[in-house]
Amino acid sequence: MTQLILEQALNGLQFGLMLFLLAAGLTLVFGIMDMINLAHGSLYMVGAYLAAEVTQASGSFITGVGVAMLGTGVLAVVLEVVLLRRLYARNHLAQVLATFALILIANECVRIVWGAQTLMLNAPDALSGPVRIGGFLYPSYRLLIIGVGALIAGLLYVLVARTRIGMWVRAGASNREMTEALGINVRLLFTAVFAFGAALCALAGAMLGPLLAVQVGMGESILILAFVVIVIGGIGSIRGALVGSLLVGLVDTLGRAMLPAMLRALFSPEVASSLGPALASVLIYVLMAAILFWRPEGLFPARA
Amino acid sequence: MSEHLLEIEGLETSYGSSQVLFGVSLTVAEGEVATLLGRNGMGKTTTVRSICGLEKAGGGSIRFAGQRIEGWTPDRIGRAGIALVPEGRQIFPNLTVRENLVAFAANRHAAREPWSLDRIYAFFPSLEKRSGNLGGRLSGGEQQMLAIGRALMTNPRLLILDEATEGLAPLVREEIWRCLDALRGSGQTILVIDKYVERLIALANRHTILERGQVAWRGNSAELDADHGIWHRLLGV
Repeated sequence: MTQLILEQALNGLQFGLMLFLLAAGLTLVFGIMDMINLAHGSLYMVGAYLAAEVTQASGSFITGVGVAMLGTGVLAVVLEVVLLRRLYARNHLAQVLATFALILIANECVRIVWGAQTLMLNAPDALSGPVRIGGFLYPSYRLLIIGVGALIAGLLYVLVARTRIGMWVRAGASNREMTEALGINVRLLFTAVFAFGAALCALAGAMLGPLLAVQVGMGESILILAFVVIVIGGIGSIRGALVGSLLVGLVDTLGRAMLPAMLRALFSPEVASSLGPALASVLIYVLMAAILFWRPEGLFPARA
Repeated sequence: MSEHLLEIEGLETSYGSSQVLFGVSLTVAEGEVATLLGRNGMGKTTTVRSICGLEKAGGGSIRFAGQRIEGWTPDRIGRAGIALVPEGRQIFPNLTVRENLVAFAANRHAAREPWSLDRIYAFFPSLEKRSGNLGGRLSGGEQQMLAIGRALMTNPRLLILDEATEGLAPLVREEIWRCLDALRGSGQTILVIDKYVERLIALANRHTILERGQVAWRGNSAELDADHGIWHRLLGV
């Protein structure tokens, strides 16, 4: 039992850290520019496809991940300059409509280029086996994801909390107008933040590619989770995104694994087996509702 | 007095379809302290927001250091050397006191004695004790000092203060006035909006009073001091 919990906790940590890579960019975009970007998940999808394509062509997973991050970052700059900039001053409905259209366009483009079937993205051979942790075996590739996720989270923390650019980003998220009046070109800063967030999306897509299917529409399901994360964490807050991601990753993963067993202790096996999965899938929304009840601004609100 | 650092002529600004400023003209010379007065809702804040590029000027011209700046983005105007201490302070609550100060530090116009963190802390000793606290945790007076310090750290050629003493306890207010006196002594060019006419007469040389988005009166301290009818009629004092 303890072993199962430990293993599922590691899975939750791994999923949470990848979720953080998406949520970090999303929360800054929403926080600084007050812009709802539904197409954030599409960048994750494009990253996964680019990684799969380049890994296959070059035979190197690292090259695939690198090209995916760079390519998606460049795509994001083009997208921001050509389209998204025009939407900042518009209301949320216009933003939702336009970026929802982007999702459809991105999905269709991916289908045209790569076809409708699921793409294979294999983890490097060296990491295909398990490693022994304490008393049990755990896939080494999943450990790598945890390592990379933790490393990026650490780097992001230093960037946001310790550098001047990080101060501008936080200032911009709390009061854009004042940040501009003090001489900072928030527009340029934002293009950079957006491209950086897109590269992190691509990293998440590439890293999760070998575990999940690389397929059209993969961005939408994770986008919803990323929105739950930033609402829990507080919009515009990187620290909130990290805490929210880990919470959602752990609650979702552990809930799915443990809830059916826990319910069996209370209900008959038939009831428990039908109730368990249903309850587990709404657990993160219950979590979000509970946090919003006590902290309507989220756990770490960026605004006053 | 040298040529005018700031020169506004015929400024018109609207919010949507309702016009707020109807041809405001105003000058501030290098090294002087000038004031902008008037009752609430007469267009003082709109005027300074227009200077800073935060509101779009619909007509007229704004010259700063010889350049036409109306239509510039706020960040460009900020880098050109105008720093605003806005109404309501608007410090960054999620940044520490130190971060609020160092994040925007610059010396773009080669000030001879540029402001530094140490100088700001010497100027506002109570901020030094709060260095690591989040801006949102400060008292109103400390927030006001922080807002002034933050603006000074950009080493501005023109410092604009919008209601810097509003809502402060009398003792704290006095400290702000003392700071402004010291800044004037150091040759800092300042445009100040405030309600305390007596203090402004002592601090500044030239005064402009707005009434319904237009300049209703302008003159020097002696003239303003002598005519209490103006106080009553245009300032509601």
